[in-house]
Amino acid sequence: MHPFTYTRVSDTREALNAGRRGGRYLAGGTTLVDLMRETVERPEALVDISGLPLGEVTVTERGGLRIGALVTMSEAAAHPKVRTLYPVISEALELSASAQLRNMATIGGNIMQRTRCTYFRDVTAACNKRQPGSGCAAREGVNRTHAILGTSDACVATHPSDVAVAFAALEASVHLLGPDGERRIAFADFLLRPGSTPQREQALRHGELITAVEIPALPRPLKSGYLKVRDRQSYEFALTSAAVALHVRGGLIREARVAAGGVGTVPWKLPAVERHLVGERPSGALWTAAAARAAEGAHPLQHNRFKVELLKRTVERQLRVVGGTR
Amino acid sequence: MSPQPRSAVGAPLSRVDGRLKVTGRALYAAEHEAKGVLHAVIVDSSVGRGRVTSIDADAAEAQPGVLRVIHHGNAPKLPYRDNPGSNNPPGGRRLRVFQDDKVLFHGQPVAVVVATTLEAAQHGASLVKVRYDAEKPSTDMAAATPDQPTEYARGDADAALRAAAVRLDLTYRMARNHHNPMEPHATVARWDGDRLTVWDKTQWVVGTQTELSTVFGLPLASVRVISPFVGGGFGSGLRCWPHTVVAALAARETGRPVKLVLGRRQQYFGTGFRPAYEYRLRLGSDRRGRLAAAVHEMDAETSSYETFDEAIMLAGQMFYSTPHVGQAYRKVPLDVNTPIWMRGPGFANASFAIESAMDELAHELGVDPIELRLRNEPAEDESNGLPWSTRRLRECYTVGAREFGWDRRDARPRSTRDGELLIGLGMAAAVYDPGRMPARARVRLGADGTAVVEAAASDMGPGTYTSQTQVAADALGLAMRAVDFRLGDSLYPQTPPHGGSMTMASVGTATLDACDKVRRQAVTLAVEDGESPLYGADAEDVVVRGGRLHVRGNPARGETYRSLLARNGLARLEADGSYAGPPEPARHSYFSYGAVFTEVAVDATLGLVRVRRMLGVYDCGRIVSPKLADSQALGGMVGGIGQALLEHTVTDHRDGRIVNANLADYLVPVNADIPDLRAIYLEGEDTRADPLGVKGVGEIVQVGVAAALANAVFHATGRRVRELPITAEALL
Repeated sequence: MHPFTYTRVSDTREALNAGRRGGRYLAGGTTLVDLMRETVERPEALVDISGLPLGEVTVTERGGLRIGALVTMSEAAAHPKVRTLYPVISEALELSASAQLRNMATIGGNIMQRTRCTYFRDVTAACNKRQPGSGCAAREGVNRTHAILGTSDACVATHPSDVAVAFAALEASVHLLGPDGERRIAFADFLLRPGSTPQREQALRHGELITAVEIPALPRPLKSGYLKVRDRQSYEFALTSAAVALHVRGGLIREARVAAGGVGTVPWKLPAVERHLVGERPSGALWTAAAARAAEGAHPLQHNRFKVELLKRTVERQLRVVGGTR
Repeated sequence: MSPQPRSAVGAPLSRVDGRLKVTGRALYAAEHEAKGVLHAVIVDSSVGRGRVTSIDADAAEAQPGVLRVIHHGNAPKLPYRDNPGSNNPPGGRRLRVFQDDKVLFHGQPVAVVVATTLEAAQHGASLVKVRYDAEKPSTDMAAATPDQPTEYARGDADAALRAAAVRLDLTYRMARNHHNPMEPHATVARWDGDRLTVWDKTQWVVGTQTELSTVFGLPLASVRVISPFVGGGFGSGLRCWPHTVVAALAARETGRPVKLVLGRRQQYFGTGFRPAYEYRLRLGSDRRGRLAAAVHEMDAETSSYETFDEAIMLAGQMFYSTPHVGQAYRKVPLDVNTPIWMRGPGFANASFAIESAMDELAHELGVDPIELRLRNEPAEDESNGLPWSTRRLRECYTVGAREFGWDRRDARPRSTRDGELLIGLGMAAAVYDPGRMPARARVRLGADGTAVVEAAASDMGPGTYTSQTQVAADALGLAMRAVDFRLGDSLYPQTPPHGGSMTMASVGTATLDACDKVRRQAVTLAVEDGESPLYGADAEDVVVRGGRLHVRGNPARGETYRSLLARNGLARLEADGSYAGPPEPARHSYFSYGAVFTEVAVDATLGLVRVRRMLGVYDCGRIVSPKLADSQALGGMVGGIGQALLEHTVTDHRDGRIVNANLADYLVPVNADIPDLRAIYLEGEDTRADPLGVKGVGEIVQVGVAAALANAVFHATGRRVRELPITAEALL
C-alpha cells in the first residue's frame, strides 16, 4: 500500500472541497482499500465520506425510489420499499458478495467498483485500464470470465456489479453533486464503455460526489427479479446474470426492462429483447424468441465463447421465472 | 491395545484445544511475538523464466522504516548442504534463494525488503525495481516434453488388451489444485548467536529443522522449530519452503528477529500444489466385466529443478483384480515451482480416472456399478501376493447402498427429474495407502497425578492434541483433563511428517508405548511397596482409572498415583515410548478403503451442478476420536467437491503467471455449495495394522469424491465429463 492521507468529513461542502483538491472518496472501502493493498489504486488522499447524510431511502414524488449513496447494500436489500417495489434490486444485492461485505459496502461505492479482471488486479501484468497504453493481457490471455459485449481493442473487462444490472434494466439515474452544483445523469450514461480510454469508467467530473441513485416509477403491477449464474452458489461474481422487470396488463406485456450482467464491459441493457416482448402475450415461445436476441453483437474471446449461449439461456430462464409462463 | 479399560478412546469428545481456538488464544505462526521483531516482504519475480539483470532498491531503501533490501547481489552464500532427511524430492536440486540471478518460475523470490513495520516493508517491496532478461517459460504440460517414465508391468497388458472382448480407451484430465489453508504460511525467525529459533507454519517441525540446519550449515541442535498450531495445511506444510529460509536469512542479516507472512497471492507460488494430470486409461474386460488388462499412462507436472513424485501408480496395481497391468508415470518438467502432496495425494487423482472408467465400463455392459466392482474384488494384493490386513470394501458397498438408497436408482442416464433439474446418483470406491513410520513420544507423570506427554508431531486441524490425549488418558488411566499433550516443537521426541494419514498410527503408538511404560512403572512400584494397599497383587491384575490404581474387579483395593509417588518421595515417573514402524518385510497389505455415494441435481439449461447429498462409508480401522473423524470426513468431502466442481489453478502460458492466485478467483466451495454430508466408519479395528488398530482417516476421505460426482453427473445428464473441474461450459 502506498502512503496516503486520511480525512474524515462531516458535510458535503467539506467533502467537495477535499474532492476538488484531488482526494478520493472513501465509503465502505470494500473495493478501494482492496485495490490499494494490491497497489492497483494509489491515492494520495482519502476523504472518508461515511459520515455524510446520504443514507436514506425515500419514495419520490412520482412514486419512484431514491436510494442514498451511503445506504449500505444490506440496508437497501432489506428496505421494505425496495423489496415491494423492485424485488430485482433486492435480489441482485442479496446475490452479491457476502453478508459481511454487504454490511460495509454502499450503493454509491457499488456502482463505482472496478473490474475483477485478474490482469487489472495484478500490477505486473499489462492493462490499459490500470496503466493506459500498456496493452491488454486479457484479450489474448485467460479470459473465461471476461466480456463478450461492449469490448474494445483496449479492454475486455466486465463490470462486476449485480445491482448495477438491475439499475440499468430499470433505467435508473444517478444524482451527482459537484463544485458547480447538482446534476442528474442517466445510469446508461454514467458507466462508460472502454473504447480507447478504458481507464475512464464513469462520467464523473473532477471532484463530483454521488449522492443517490434514483429508480423511476414504473407502471404497476410490476414483476421483477434477478438471476445470477456462477460456478459456486455464493460469494462469486456472475458468469452471466439477468435482471428482468415486466408490466403485464390485459394479458399483454406493456413494459419490459431487461439487462444482463457478467457479459458486458458495462451492465448490458437489452433493448432488442425488450422490443421483442412489448405488446406480446407471455408464452414459453416468446421467452425463447426474445432471449435469442440477447447476445446480438457479441464478440466472444477464446475462453468465453460459452457465454454467448449461456447468456441467452439465462435471459430466457429469467423471463420465464418473472413472466410466469412455461 | 493395553489391558487398560478404554473410556476416552472411541468416545465422541470435543477438541481439547477448542476453547483456546475459539477464544483466540491458540497462537499461530505469525502471532508469535519476538522482541524487536522486524517485518519482511518478499519481492516476487514478474517473469516466468530468465535472469535478473539489475535490482534497484534505492527508492525502497529511502522509505522511512525500510532497513534492508536483500537479493542475490548482496546476500551471503549459503551452504545449502544436501538434506536427505526432509521432504525435499530426491531428484533435482532445491531452489536456493538469492544465490544466483536465475529465475526458474513466475513468482520466485528475487528480493526481500526488511522494515520496522509491515506497512513499510510492503510499500518498500512495491518500490523495488527489478529488471530481467526474460525468456518464454514452458508451463503448458500438453506442449512440453516428459521425463523418462517410471514403469510397472505384470503379465502382458498390451496383448491382453488386444484380446479383450470389451475395450475402453479413456483420457482424463485433472486441473492443478492449491491447498489454500485459511492460515497463510508464515515464519518468525530469531537468532541468538549462532542458534536459530523459528516459529513456523509447518506440518513437520523436524523436517523444517533439518532443512534450516543444512541450508545454513548449522548443527541440527542449533535449530529449533516451534509450531504449536497450524491453521490448515492439507499438505502445503509438509516441506520447508524458500520463504522460511528468507525469514531466517533476513533475521541473520539484520541481527534482529524477523516476521515474514506470505500474502495470499504468494501462497500460489511460494508453496507447492497438487500437480495437474493427464491420465490415459485403457481397460479390457470380458463380457461380464471381469478385468483382463489395464494400461495406465499418467503425465504430471513437476518443476524444472526438482522431480516431484507421488503415489499415483499404486491404486492401479492393487485395487481391482487384473491379471495384466501396464503403467507408465511420466513427470513433465515445467518452469513452475515444485508441487507437493495434497490431501489424498496420488490416490485422489488415480481414483478419478479409475473410478470414472469403472462407471463407464458398468454403463457399457449394463451392469450395476457396485456389482461390477464386486466382480473385480481381488482375494489378495496382486501386486505383491500379500494378504490384506483388512479389506472391508464389500461392507462399505453394502452399508453405503443401504443407507443411501442405491436400489432406488434407475440405472438409465437422464431418467430422473425434479422439475427442471436432472437428478443423478453416482458412486465410487476409494482406497488410500496410509503411512506408518517410526515415531517417538515422552511422558512425565507428576506427583500431582497429572501427566505431560510430548511428541514433535503437529496438529494441522485433524485433532492430534485430542486424539493423542485420548490414547494417553486411557493408557495412563487418567481423566482427559489430567493429561497435557504437547506438540509442535523440534525439542520434543521426533516424529514423522504430519501427513499421509500416518500420525494416529505412528505417533499414537509411540504415545501408547510411553504411557504403558509409565503405568507399568507405577504398578510395579505399588505391588512391590509394602505400604501400598496393592502390595503383593499380581501386576497384571492392576488397572488404573481416574488416576487411581486398583485390582481389577476390586476397586476398593488401591491407591492413587499421587499417594504412591508421595509416599515413595518421587517427583515424577518418566518414560520414552516409540513405534518402530511396520514390520519388515511386510506380512500384510495395508490400505484404508471407502465407498462414496452422491446425488446431484443438474440444471442442464445453465450447466450447473449442485450436490444434494453425499455419503461416505469407510474402513479405517479403529476410530479413536469419532467427532474428529467425522469432521475429517466432512472436510475431505468438501475438498473433493472442490476438486470435482470448482478448483483449478489457471496459468497464463505466455509468461507463466498464475492468473487466479486469490480466493475470489480460485474457487473453493462455500457453505452454500455443501449439502447434507454424512460419514459412516465401519466398526472394528485392524489388529494387523499397528497396536492401536487404526488406519488413519485424513486422506481416504477425499479419495473417490470427484469420481462419484462425475459419475452422478453422467447419470443425471448422460454426459460424461472427463476433465476436472466440471464447469458450466462442459455441460451446456
